[in-house]
Amino acid sequence: MARFTSGNDVIAREIIDRYPVAKSAVIPLCHLAQEQDGHLADDALVQIGELVGITPAEVLGTASFYEMLKREPCGRYLVNVCTSISCHLMGGDELLHHAEQRLGVRAGATTADGLFTLEEYECQAACTEAPALQVNYRYFHNVTPADFDTLVDDLAAGRLADTIPPHGTLARIRQRIPSDRAAGAASPIGGAQPGWLTDSPALTDDGSNP
Amino acid sequence: MTITDAKPIVSTRWALDDGHTLDRYLTTGGYEGLRAALRRPPGQVVEEVKAASLLGRGGAGFPAGVKWGFCPPGVFPRYLVVNGDESEPGTYKDRILMERDPHQLIEGVLIACYAVGLAQAFLYVRGEMALAQERIATALNEAYAAGYIGRNILGSDFSVDVVLHWGAGAYIVGEETALIESLEGSRGMPRLKPPYFPAAIGLYGQPTIVNNVETLSNLPWILSNGGAAFGALGAETSRGTRLFAVSGHVKKPGVFEVEFGVTTFRDLIESQLYGGGIRGGKDLKAFIPGGASAPWFYEEHLDLPLEAGAVGKAGSMLGSGAVVVMDSDTDVVKACHRLVRFFSRESCGKCTPCREGTGWLEKILRRIIEGQGRPSDLAMLLDVSDNISPGIAWPPRQTTICPLGPSAVSPIASALLRFREEFEAYVGGALESSVEVRGAAYGPKRVEVAAT
Ligand SMILES: Cc1cc2nc3c(=O)[nH]c(=O)nc-3n(C[C@H](O)[C@H](O)[C@H](O)COP(=O)(O)O)c2cc1C
Ligand code: SF4
Ligand code: FES
Repeated sequence: MARFTSGNDVIAREIIDRYPVAKSAVIPLCHLAQEQDGHLADDALVQIGELVGITPAEVLGTASFYEMLKREPCGRYLVNVCTSISCHLMGGDELLHHAEQRLGVRAGATTADGLFTLEEYECQAACTEAPALQVNYRYFHNVTPADFDTLVDDLAAGRLADTIPPHGTLARIRQRIPSDRAAGAASPIGGAQPGWLTDSPALTDDGSNP
Repeated sequence: MTITDAKPIVSTRWALDDGHTLDRYLTTGGYEGLRAALRRPPGQVVEEVKAASLLGRGGAGFPAGVKWGFCPPGVFPRYLVVNGDESEPGTYKDRILMERDPHQLIEGVLIACYAVGLAQAFLYVRGEMALAQERIATALNEAYAAGYIGRNILGSDFSVDVVLHWGAGAYIVGEETALIESLEGSRGMPRLKPPYFPAAIGLYGQPTIVNNVETLSNLPWILSNGGAAFGALGAETSRGTRLFAVSGHVKKPGVFEVEFGVTTFRDLIESQLYGGGIRGGKDLKAFIPGGASAPWFYEEHLDLPLEAGAVGKAGSMLGSGAVVVMDSDTDVVKACHRLVRFFSRESCGKCTPCREGTGWLEKILRRIIEGQGRPSDLAMLLDVSDNISPGIAWPPRQTTICPLGPSAVSPIASALLRFREEFEAYVGGALESSVEVRGAAYGPKRVEVAAT
């Protein structure tokens, strides 16, 4: 596994076309590879490099900088418990401790059944709803230890499968730019002043084009 | 109390279940600001935003209209990069704007592109925000289909693509030059300024405007209601309204839109409309006024207005609009460690004072908390801080490429110098240091601040 399926290959090329310089697509393509395989396999590094015109080492050089891009398989559900300042003040450390007990693994590890990976995470921008956690980057706010147990039960029983896709899938809705509406990527080379940047308005008062 | 009845500007659709849809957006005044903009020459739109005195909401507080003017004339294409990387501990507002009112942001993006002649826009959303990505993707698809984005917008000569891009987990990418590096497909490491001021040399080496999500979300209202109406709200340099996330030990934590410049920290923390007071009948010990990077404030600062000038003079900043409240039971040594840990984890490693300094600060604090600290550790904390940011001043002096390194000094100087006996109790000895500390908010209680 790990080369893009033909469907994903089409999506990958669509993504690349949106950027003035192909290399800009590296991170979105890494996410696409994770969506397909759950993590970033060697073949994916090679193929992404081919698609955007850089070496696999350069793809890895970028990918290894980012916490969400996983080189090793992780659990079906990645559980990130926030212990940054606001969550720390509101019981985030205790929640993490409870999570370790409940799942039987320390933060950073995956359960033996491959279902859960637990991580101690920094601020998730849910600070007023502390303590917060994410499962595959979906939010759970004001989580008590009892809430956590229910959540784990529901996930294990597949009851949340509709709202929480397996690890690797981020947004389930993609941007699609219809070709008849696209203005086109703006190449950095040889750009001219945009036509609308003049001393007159783009629309007249009745809304028509002057 | 100085709570005003100023109407909200950016949070008007938050209570609606369908505020993120194009249908609801259009029935609540949506895309009227864009039409108002297109009925004027681009230069006049810039003037309108200058008249509003709209300060950037991403942390640095630079006036948006002035920044737009920094693009060198005659150099094209110019790009827009929207900073939706919100990750500074305590900060929670851009995510709500993206999840609940994505069209308002998109409309702001289009207004900026029209005004400054930006040929393409990239909406960089933090990687961990799956729902925001879905809502923005849906909104973009709707807006393309309805003719608000893309070729010949609303039948005019104005054409621009807006591309949704997302990150993959790295706080430092929120720094604008790192954001650009990341968008170019590289590791998100900041660039040296000068020469790499984005407005001059940004994305692909071209002039680039980087603006925060909240900053841009104000533009539709400004164009519909006029820059003067916006500028009439607030006080001094801080105009309009602003979102503040009040978190920590308050009865009613939340994200509130308040009139800038006149509302005070006391209002935010104590009023029933907002934070509702400290929970459990406890007293206030300290609060962070503007995100993890900001020096802490205390009870004597409560009556300061939410105004950039006054807060800066008192030795801190409004930063990212994150107010984190700590009650009298808080272990400030642990709180301090938690903040420093963040900077040490998120340091990109490009500069030695930051990479080494934040790492050692975190290790020393951890040792203290684990009961292995020595009295000399306290002086060492100040020593390392002084190496990262000489003089421990506010605003901080910078030996590094970006302000992340100096940010780690704020919690150290704040906690250690105000609550030195708590640190001393941990290590069983006194802090003896000859390091000079200049920041106005650092040190024992000062009575004079409250007198404003
Ligand atoms: C370490 C660091 C992290 C930052 N993170 C963010 C962020 O997450 N979002 C943001 O809008 N600005 C962030 N900024 C500020 C940006 O560099 C930049 O000033 C801002 O995006 C400009 O937009 P504005 O003028 O509209 O505020 C950060 C700055 C630094 C130094
Ligand atoms: S100050 Fe820290 S985060 Fe900023 S560029 Fe230097 S090493 Fe990187
Ligand atoms: S501190 Fe936990 S979400 Fe911000």
